[in-house]
Amino acid sequence: MTDYKSISLSGRKKDVSERDMTFMEKLYLPAIMKGMGITLRHFFRPKATIQYPEQKREFSPVFRGRHILMRDENGAERCTACGLCALSCPAEAITMTSAEREKGEENLYREEKYASTYEINMLRCIFCGLCEEACPKEAIFLTQDMAPADYRREGFIYGKEKLVMKIEDPKK
Amino acid sequence: MDILFILEKSVIILVVFAITMLIALYSTFGERVFAAYFQDRLGPNRAGPLGLLQPLADGVKMFTKEDFIPDTPNKFLFIFGPFMFMTTALISSSVIPWGDKLVIMGRTIQLQAADINVAILFVFGVVSIGVYGIMIGGWASNNKFSLLGAVRASSQMISYEVAMGLSIIAVLMVSETLSLRGIVEKQHGFIDWTAIKIGNTYLPWFSWYVFKQPLAFLIFLICAFAETNRTPFDLPECESELVGGYHTEYSSMKLGFYLFAEYINMFISSALIALLFFGGFNYPGMDWVSNNIGVNAATLLGVGAMFAKTLFGIFFYMWVRWTVARFRYDQLMNLGWKILIPLAIVNIVVTGAVVLFTTN
Repeated sequence: MTDYKSISLSGRKKDVSERDMTFMEKLYLPAIMKGMGITLRHFFRPKATIQYPEQKREFSPVFRGRHILMRDENGAERCTACGLCALSCPAEAITMTSAEREKGEENLYREEKYASTYEINMLRCIFCGLCEEACPKEAIFLTQDMAPADYRREGFIYGKEKLVMKIEDPKK
Repeated sequence: MDILFILEKSVIILVVFAITMLIALYSTFGERVFAAYFQDRLGPNRAGPLGLLQPLADGVKMFTKEDFIPDTPNKFLFIFGPFMFMTTALISSSVIPWGDKLVIMGRTIQLQAADINVAILFVFGVVSIGVYGIMIGGWASNNKFSLLGAVRASSQMISYEVAMGLSIIAVLMVSETLSLRGIVEKQHGFIDWTAIKIGNTYLPWFSWYVFKQPLAFLIFLICAFAETNRTPFDLPECESELVGGYHTEYSSMKLGFYLFAEYINMFISSALIALLFFGGFNYPGMDWVSNNIGVNAATLLGVGAMFAKTLFGIFFYMWVRWTVARFRYDQLMNLGWKILIPLAIVNIVVTGAVVLFTTN
């Protein structure tokens, strides 16, 4: 006969005793005193609160937040609208249309082809970072910022005016 | 009755009312801050310096909310409930002695609104009327959760009043007076040099009744928690079962009155515990202060001591709230009827025997 009570597949089984409570335990008061000691210790502990607008929690260096479309060292957009980011995106959040660079726009776009529109739907995006990995031109990156809240769905479709790196921005 | 007497009592009543309101107001704030501290948080600290204006913000919120009256057959009772609960909560502070006497320009002023010789009976009577406020409010809400909460509240308060009254009897046997001032004066100073008499020698013992009647203190404390509907006995308003208990249907300042009156009850019961068991306005070395510095200084220090004890009582209420889980209803009734009442009776018998043998 196997003693089924002693079988423990995980090896972490604990036997629960069903003995009656002793007199001291039935009094209940010593246990309450002990509990009050514990709560009092918590009272004087350092608090875990981060005072948000003044203090901010440090993000991990690999945190993936809002996207940014980079410019090169001359301030020209790096993106060539190759579409690899849209292809790699598992959430199908990225759409773009391409256009050919005209004469005199060399300071605006690095290559002959560029993205005339580039939209990311922030409600679809899962911030996986695959667009960043797919990009052959090092044009799209995920930053440490969060996508802010909005009242309307349309507000979450980020176009180039929100995505392209500002010229006065320090180089990321 | 001269005009000065009326003036003096009016000032005392006004000051007591103002202080009661102020302390109840800041208890709501204190509750939130202490709750946060017990949970390793910071609590409200945005409104004003250290968040001290938070109660005002809460008050403004309460006043500007929609004052909703449900489709109830009796609108008058619905409005009367919170009014009654608030009134009874405030009345009981009238017999509490906040301090000894001040001597101003040859006039002795007792820091108490009314020193009646049956003060304890008065307090108990008023507290029992307080049940009607809950019961009327819960019944007039015309809502099953409110009614359940009200029935729970009233049955709980009535059962625990029995044990509370019995525990007090043992104290009264030692104090030999029903006047709260008399009871406090019996606990004079901190050490009673003639407390225990064996033959012709006297042994010293602490004069506060918490040391003379520890069991009565324990019973009274537990009953006070049940009487004020505080955790672990907050069954009348347990959110997980009854939505909000007897004040489910209340909104705006009527709800505010219920919540506020509860904090006043807490303050008054802390004050009662301080008076009955912790010597009220007595403190160690009060005779020395009275003889060397002055009667008024001793009295003011005594008022400070009284308020320190009371405020600690309020802190204790909050401390217990974040420690002990809520009782089940049958456990609550078992504790009240089968444990506390027999214990209180045993305490009376033992006290009676001790008093009998030590006085002869």
